[in-house]
Amino acid sequence: MTGPVGTVPHPPRAWRLLPSGGYAGRAHLLLERSATASRRSWLVFLSGFFEPVFYLLAMGQGLGSLVGELPGPDGAPIGYAAFIAPGLLAASAMNGAVFDSTFNVFFKLKYAKLYDAMLATPLGAVDVALGEIGWALVRGGLYAVGFLLVMAGFGLLGTPWALLALPAALLVALAFAAVGMAATSFMRSWQDFDLVTLVTVPMFLFSTTFYPLSVYPGWLQVVVECLPLYHAVELMRGLTTGAVSLALLGHVAYFLVMAVLGGAVAARRLEALLLR
Amino acid sequence: MADGLVQARGLTKRFGRVEAVRGIDLDVGRGEVFGFLGPNGAGKSSAMRMIACVSPRSAGDLQVLGMDPDRDGPAIRSRIGVVPQLDNLDLELSVRQNLHLYGRYFGLSRSAVRAKAVELLEFARLTERAEDEVEPLSGGMKRRLTIARALVNDPELLLLDEPTTGLDPQARHLVWERLYRLKREGVTQIITTHYMDEAEQLCDRLVVMDGGVIVAEGAPHELIGRYSTREVLELRFEPEHRPSGDVLSGVLAGRVERVEELPDRLLVYTADGEAAQAAVTAAGHRPLAALVRRSSLEDVFLRLTGRTLVD
Repeated sequence: MTGPVGTVPHPPRAWRLLPSGGYAGRAHLLLERSATASRRSWLVFLSGFFEPVFYLLAMGQGLGSLVGELPGPDGAPIGYAAFIAPGLLAASAMNGAVFDSTFNVFFKLKYAKLYDAMLATPLGAVDVALGEIGWALVRGGLYAVGFLLVMAGFGLLGTPWALLALPAALLVALAFAAVGMAATSFMRSWQDFDLVTLVTVPMFLFSTTFYPLSVYPGWLQVVVECLPLYHAVELMRGLTTGAVSLALLGHVAYFLVMAVLGGAVAARRLEALLLR
Repeated sequence: MADGLVQARGLTKRFGRVEAVRGIDLDVGRGEVFGFLGPNGAGKSSAMRMIACVSPRSAGDLQVLGMDPDRDGPAIRSRIGVVPQLDNLDLELSVRQNLHLYGRYFGLSRSAVRAKAVELLEFARLTERAEDEVEPLSGGMKRRLTIARALVNDPELLLLDEPTTGLDPQARHLVWERLYRLKREGVTQIITTHYMDEAEQLCDRLVVMDGGVIVAEGAPHELIGRYSTREVLELRFEPEHRPSGDVLSGVLAGRVERVEELPDRLLVYTADGEAAQAAVTAAGHRPLAALVRRSSLEDVFLRLTGRTLVD
């Protein structure tokens, strides 16, 4: 039986990192739903693929013919296209994941009331959070595969290490999706989404995507080194150019922490928002 | 109650400092159609959300299907169906896909949901629209789809929050007919409504809620018998010729139980409406319109709270 009338027993605090009873082990059903729904909106998918390809053509081939070569991660000179392509790969993983986990999730949460409908079934808040983060991951992964094929076509993948760029892109997408979803749970209106643009666009431009860290003054280098996209770009660039070192594991750790924290906050906030 | 599907004692819901549900007791038996009747803000939806295990209770005891929603929420939800106040269908999916995916959320296999969807589309009279998008459907069709969706797991208990609000009369009657069919199949239902005709049509037993508490409980005809008279005489006057309630009570002394003054009309509660009307006319009052009708739950509510339901 339950406790005495007038009190509702709660599990101990330590167990409350994730919502209690909020996981039915059916997060994959949200993937099934998203896959079914996306058959109607494949055009959005295509545009997400072409955006980095256009950047690669415009900047890598066009601007690259003026820039020539830049020092790669290990100091050896590499072509400009080979320099920015991993940056664009990282940025597309970020953009796909952030778009899905912010705009799309906000719409489903506040307007379509989709998650309310789901929580009336055995699904819990953790299923919803994992399923939606998982879908952002699938989408980011598809973009990454497409872009890596384009890179291979341009002869920008000269090392077997480049195969690891795919799981790396998935990890980056996962971390950004988790944090994006956590952030979305705090948003009140569409105006708040200007903040998303305000964060992602400068990060895209300044996280060593288009030129090396060494162009910044010392204090600004420290700021850039704190940004998540910087770690994504450096991780990708190390892998696609074959300049692999233990330092890459540091970047991996950054994203693991980001994914776990983002996921836990997202699940708890969703529960608080939906189970009022 | 051994066979009680829902049992609540002192059930309370607070949102910050607002107490939406203030310690209610409920017992809903198997096969029963049970109603929450009350105006907007009475606490009906909050009570329903607690029973549906999507809103943790603030205090009190609650058992649904013999289990505690706080501990066994997913297990309870797998055996109930919920029709929320506002349709929350999946607008990115077709009508049929809505049923498919919802069934999948309950853990049903793909082949099981395919078969179930055919049956439910027929039940909701939506077979023709199965492959259409949801958005262009009429309000009545969306409502029927939402009800069909709630049946995908063959629930033992169906919770319907204002099932026909906003529907036109034909659409309402079709929904009522489907709900009546479910009742005959033995599906226990809990319905909230602020329509007294809906409550009278559908409910075996109901509670009248106001301000978060239950103010009366019983079968519709019992409540009418207990709190109202057999007939009601409704009188409308030109504003300048309108007699006060006290004047009418005086005229009708001995013939009526009481007279209720509403902004637009006077309600005379009496066993014999025709006789009361004759007495009013004989005393020289000339109403613009006079109507004798049976007492309804609306009158019960008015008696209990001093207000009409649509306030």
